[in-house]
Amino acid sequence: MTQFLSLLVNGISLGTIYALIALGFVIIFKASEVVNFAHGSLLLLGAYTIAVTADDLGFVGAALLGIVVTAVAALIIERLIINQLRGAPVISLAIVTIGVDIIILTDLIRRIGSDILNVPHPWAGDFIRAGGVGISVNRGVAMLVAAVLIGLFFLAFKYSSWGVAMRASAEDGETAALMGIRQGQVSALAWVVAGALAAVAALFLVGSPTPGVSPAVYTVALAAFPAAILGGLDSTGGALVGGLLIGVAETMAAGYQDEMLFLGRGFGSVVPYIVMLLVLLVRPSGLFGTKELTRV
Amino acid sequence: MSEQTLAPGATREPAGSAAGRPGRTWQSFVKPVLIGVVLLFLLVFPLYFDAFWLRTGFAVAGAIVGAIGLNLLVGNTGQLSLAHGFFLAVGAVSYTYLSGTEGGFGDTTVSGLGWPPIVGMVLAVLITGLAGLIFSPIAGRLRGIYLGVASLGLVFIGQHVLNSWTSVTGGFNGRSVPDFTLFGFSFGSADPEFSVLGVPYREAERLWYLGLVLALGAFVVARNILRSRPGRALETLRDSEVAASVMGVNVQAYKARAFLVSSMYAGLSGVMYALSIGSIAPESFGLFVSIQYLAMIVLGGLGSVGGAALGAIFVAGLPLVFQRYADILPLVGGAGGGLAAGEAARYLYGLAIILVIMFEPAGLAGFAQRFRRRRHRPGGKTTRPPLDRSSTSGQSTNVSERPAQGSDPA
Repeated sequence: MTQFLSLLVNGISLGTIYALIALGFVIIFKASEVVNFAHGSLLLLGAYTIAVTADDLGFVGAALLGIVVTAVAALIIERLIINQLRGAPVISLAIVTIGVDIIILTDLIRRIGSDILNVPHPWAGDFIRAGGVGISVNRGVAMLVAAVLIGLFFLAFKYSSWGVAMRASAEDGETAALMGIRQGQVSALAWVVAGALAAVAALFLVGSPTPGVSPAVYTVALAAFPAAILGGLDSTGGALVGGLLIGVAETMAAGYQDEMLFLGRGFGSVVPYIVMLLVLLVRPSGLFGTKELTRV
Repeated sequence: MSEQTLAPGATREPAGSAAGRPGRTWQSFVKPVLIGVVLLFLLVFPLYFDAFWLRTGFAVAGAIVGAIGLNLLVGNTGQLSLAHGFFLAVGAVSYTYLSGTEGGFGDTTVSGLGWPPIVGMVLAVLITGLAGLIFSPIAGRLRGIYLGVASLGLVFIGQHVLNSWTSVTGGFNGRSVPDFTLFGFSFGSADPEFSVLGVPYREAERLWYLGLVLALGAFVVARNILRSRPGRALETLRDSEVAASVMGVNVQAYKARAFLVSSMYAGLSGVMYALSIGSIAPESFGLFVSIQYLAMIVLGGLGSVGGAALGAIFVAGLPLVFQRYADILPLVGGAGGGLAAGEAARYLYGLAIILVIMFEPAGLAGFAQRFRRRRHRPGGKTTRPPLDRSSTSGQSTNVSERPAQGSDPA
């Protein structure tokens, strides 16, 4: 039972990190109809920036710089490429971001090489224990920060003028534009927010129990794709639920690996995708996604 | 239905240019002659180029087969798939298992059935087709981008299976691939020995011809599919599922068939990849491979068979050529500084993807088409319809390809 609780807590903390990534993914989709395949490499960019500047700027400075750099990178992508392609088919937009992803990822992998860059979190590898249930401080902090950020995001989404503008343009871009909502601004801001969220996720994703910044972080970040998809690509609440679900499922599968050896070692990393496929089989637009209606 | 709008302009021109039929002009001979020259060049290629180019050629031929297959699915049917790497793996592993022999190195042992390679190849293609067919009910329920990400899952599941199912796949380190032989004629060694015009025909030369035959076959089959009823059905389905079903196209069945054919192509491509590398390992079939294939068809021009082949030559050939000329090319350095060959190629086609989508959505095929059009209609009175932004890139190739087909009925 303690093992189960332990895994549950760890799974939820991993899930909140996924939720941060997936949330960015979803708001980009809502604001600009882009499925951003470059999200993983944006995240890696944030992690890399934090890792290489941490010695000079200290942890907090580096973290802030990483967030700014990632947000600016996302903004540049949006301004230079996505904004030029407004109205292009969704698949073309997705493929463009794959091009962006190839470039950023190749560059980062070349820089990182086979090293594992260390990020000096002030809490290092500390552990909290309560009874038999343990969680690394890093993941604990992640859970708190993510909860605050996600809460703030939902408040802003509901009440701020940006949130209203964004929901309006996601609902019906043309009408929103006629009402004086500037689509370009909404979309740019969405990319900035998504970039920043990805960098925050990166900050915690590279801490204990993960060893540090390596190209493998990109693969971990990819698990947020299934989270966004199974929640429903256009549902922010879905991203949160999807993230938690994927996080818990993955951690459970990894934790009970020994009981499921017939499925092979390292089965945990595949679980997000299996969960996603199962959910999509039953609900093709995800758990909370709007169904596409066809009008003839 | 741009065909209708174009048709008057296209038919008026020959009628006005000559009373009665002008017969064959020299221009109508250009195409067959050009094709003949290219074929001849490809046939005598091994006589003049060394093994490096021949091996590159075989690897590229494999990529061409795969790209044509993916293009059928993405470009013509409009089903975004990132699972191509997975299907390549199924083909490669099936062939290796069916035709391989038992053995292994280190403490991993692999089993194999030791069947004749040609049987292995055919069965591998069929098995991969079956895998595609099994995935198609899931795929059939999903639309567009959901399908893209769902197919992403297949790649990761495939990676896991490749790493875990050691007795078949060789596990993390992979296993070696049996050479291809056809009725005692080996493509993996110089047995039986022979030479043409004083050039000994060894593995590389033989593989070149194998690649040539398979790639040409794949090309012709895909073109015939697309120019006949199923092809039209697929393209209608891509443009509008509702319209397609109203016209009597069984949407689910055609989607399933598109998956079947596309993954059969991927299977063959996987077998060829395995043959060209000589061994298979899980890392050869990761997400990046899928992305590479997507890059090929986007660069070549979605929906165009010839474009897919061009894109494959570009994306698959570039790293190999860079590697070869690493010390001559600027920026691409071998050991000391500079970019590794593979990296340089990735930057290039990453950039190329972005530029193509932004400026020439019809890809390389679009360039070729535009060039040809300019030659055909001097005077600049091109009646090309402006491409509206909302049309998919596939549609726009379609628009420019139709009149070209209609104009050479002879």
